[in-house]
Amino acid sequence: MAFYRPAHYQKPLVITLLLTLAMLPPVLDAWGQAFYIGFATRILIFALAASSLNLVLGFGGMFSLGHAAFFGAGAYVAAMCMDNGISDALFAFPLAMSVAGLLALVVGAISLRTRGVYFIMITLAFAQMTYYLFVSARVLGGDDGLPLTGRMTLGGLSLTSDGALFYSALGCLALVMTFLGRLSGARFGRTIQAVRDNEARMEALGYPVFRYRLVCFALGGALAGLAGALLANLTGLANPNLLQWTQSGTLLVMVIIGGVGYLYGGVIGALVLLCLEEVLAGFTLHWHIGLGLLLIAIVLFAPRGVAALFGKSNG
Amino acid sequence: MTQLVLEQALNGLQFGLMLFLLAAGLTLVFGIMDCINLAHGSLYMVGAYFVAAAAQAADSFWIGLGAGVAGAAGLGLVLELSLFRQLYRRDHLSQALATFGLILIANEAVRMIWGPQPLLLNAPEALSGPVEIGGFFYPAYRLVIIVFGLGVAGLLYLLVARSRVGMWVRAGAANREMTEALGVNVQGLFTAVFVFGAALCALAGGLLGPLLAVQIGMGESVLILAFVVIIIGGIGSIRGALVGSLIVGTVDTLGRALLPTLLRAALPADAAATLGPALASILIYLLMAAILFFRPQGLFPARA
Repeated sequence: MAFYRPAHYQKPLVITLLLTLAMLPPVLDAWGQAFYIGFATRILIFALAASSLNLVLGFGGMFSLGHAAFFGAGAYVAAMCMDNGISDALFAFPLAMSVAGLLALVVGAISLRTRGVYFIMITLAFAQMTYYLFVSARVLGGDDGLPLTGRMTLGGLSLTSDGALFYSALGCLALVMTFLGRLSGARFGRTIQAVRDNEARMEALGYPVFRYRLVCFALGGALAGLAGALLANLTGLANPNLLQWTQSGTLLVMVIIGGVGYLYGGVIGALVLLCLEEVLAGFTLHWHIGLGLLLIAIVLFAPRGVAALFGKSNG
Repeated sequence: MTQLVLEQALNGLQFGLMLFLLAAGLTLVFGIMDCINLAHGSLYMVGAYFVAAAAQAADSFWIGLGAGVAGAAGLGLVLELSLFRQLYRRDHLSQALATFGLILIANEAVRMIWGPQPLLLNAPEALSGPVEIGGFFYPAYRLVIIVFGLGVAGLLYLLVARSRVGMWVRAGAANREMTEALGVNVQGLFTAVFVFGAALCALAGGLLGPLLAVQIGMGESVLILAFVVIIIGGIGSIRGALVGSLIVGTVDTLGRALLPTLLRAALPADAAATLGPALASILIYLLMAAILFFRPQGLFPARA
C-alpha cells in the first residue's frame, strides 16, 4: 500500500464542503425535512467512528475486528456521566475518550503480541468480553442498555436541538479529520505507515514498532469513544448493540467501501453505506439482500474502495 | 451436586461435539485456503432451516436431516464455484467484506422465505423421553447427538489421518504451494473441502435444531464460538479443532451451570449474583486470550 499524502487541491474542497454542511440544518428546516438533520448527524458520527478505525486499519495496518468495543464504551461512559449528574460534554467527551483509549491500550497491549488472523480473532474476543461484561452488569441496564435522561450541554450551550447536536458532531469530525490529516503527514503517521508496509525493516532501523502500533491502536480507540459518546447523545441510549461484533463489521465495511488508508476513506464509506441503507430501505423491506450483493460486487470489482477512484491522493 | 456436574458435563460434551462439526469445516477452509469465512455461521443457519423445512414436508426428522444436509452441500458447491474461488487469493479484508455481505443476504433470504418467526423442529418421537444411565436420567435425544457426534468425529479423524485425500488436505494446510507443485489438484480439493464443511454445518444445525431455536441470527453467535475453537486449537488442525471444541463446550456449559454457585460460596451474595453470569459468559474468551498469550499459534499449529 502506498503512503498517504494530503493533496493540495483538498483544502479548498474541504472548506467548501464544510460551509455547505453548515448550511444544511437551516435549509432542511426550511424545507420541512427536519428528520434528515438527525440522519445527517448520524452520518457524521459514523464518519468519525469509521475514520478512527481507518487510523488503526488503514494507516496502522492492524486488522481489528473489535473496534465496536471502544465505540460502545464511549456511549456507555456518556450515559454513566448523565446518570451521575455530569451533563457537560466538555467533561464527558474527554472522559469517554480516555476510558475508551485506556481500554484500547490494555486490549492492544495483549493483542499486538499476535499476528495475522490471530490478531483479528483476539481483538474479536476482547470485544465479545466487553459486550458480555456490559450486558451482564445490572447498573448498566443489561440487555436494555442505559438510557440518557436528556442531551448534554457543551459549555453553556444545550445540545437538545437537533441542529446544535449536528454542529457539535460536525465540529468534532472536522477537528478529528484535521488532526488525522496532520498526523498522517507527521513523523508518527509516516512511521506507522512504514511499519504497516515493512515491519521487519522498521524494526531493523531501530524503531520501537510495538509501541508505535500500540499508540496508534489506543488513539483509534479513543476517537471511537468520542464517536460513541456523540451517538449516545443522538439516540438517547447507550445500546448494547453498539458493542456487538456485527457493529465492528459494519465499521469495517464502511472503511473498506470508502478506501482503506485514504484519509477520507472512513468519511466516504459512512456516507455511502448509510445513504445506501436509507435508499434501499425506501425501495424494499428486504434491502439487506441488495446491500449484501453490493458488498460482494465491491470486493470483486472495486477492491480498493471509493476513495481510490479519485486516484490522485495516492502518491 | 455430583449429578448436576455429571449431567452438565454430558451437556458440555454434546455441545462440544456439535461445535466440532462446525469448527472442522471452518478450520480447513481457514487453514488450507487461508480464507476468512464469516458466512460459515450462515451455512449453519441455512442448513438448519433446510433440515426443519424438509422434516416438516416429509414428516420425518431423519429424512429431513438427510435432505437438509444434501441441500446445504449443494448450496456450498454453488457458493464455492461462484464466489469463494475468487476470494482465495485475495487479502483477509476482502474476504471479510464479501462474506459479511453473504451473512446479510442469508439472513434476509431466510426471512423472506420462512418469515421472521423461529421454525419448529421436533426431535423424533422415539427419542423424546429420558433414559437412565448409571442411576440418573438423561434425555435420549441428547445422548443420540453425543453418539452421532462421536461417530462423525471418528470418521473425520480416519478420513483426515488415514486416507489419501486426508493426506492431501493435511499437506495443503501445511504448505499449499508445495502440494500444488507435487501434482495434487488443490483447486478440486478446495471445492470438496468446502462442500464437506457446508454439509457438516447443516448436520450440526439440524441436530441442534430441536434443542435450540431454528431462527435468524443463530449463525452469528455460533460462528464466534467456532472461531474461538479453531484459534484455541490452531488454525488448520483437525485434532486442534476437536480438542478446542471439547474444551470450549465443557468450559462454557460447566461455567454457566456451576460458576454462580461456586462464587456464592466465596463472595457476598450480591457480588456473586452480578459477577457470576458475567464471568460465565466471558470464560471462554478469557481462556482464548490466555492461550493466545502463551501459545500464539494455538495448541496444535498445523504449520510447524
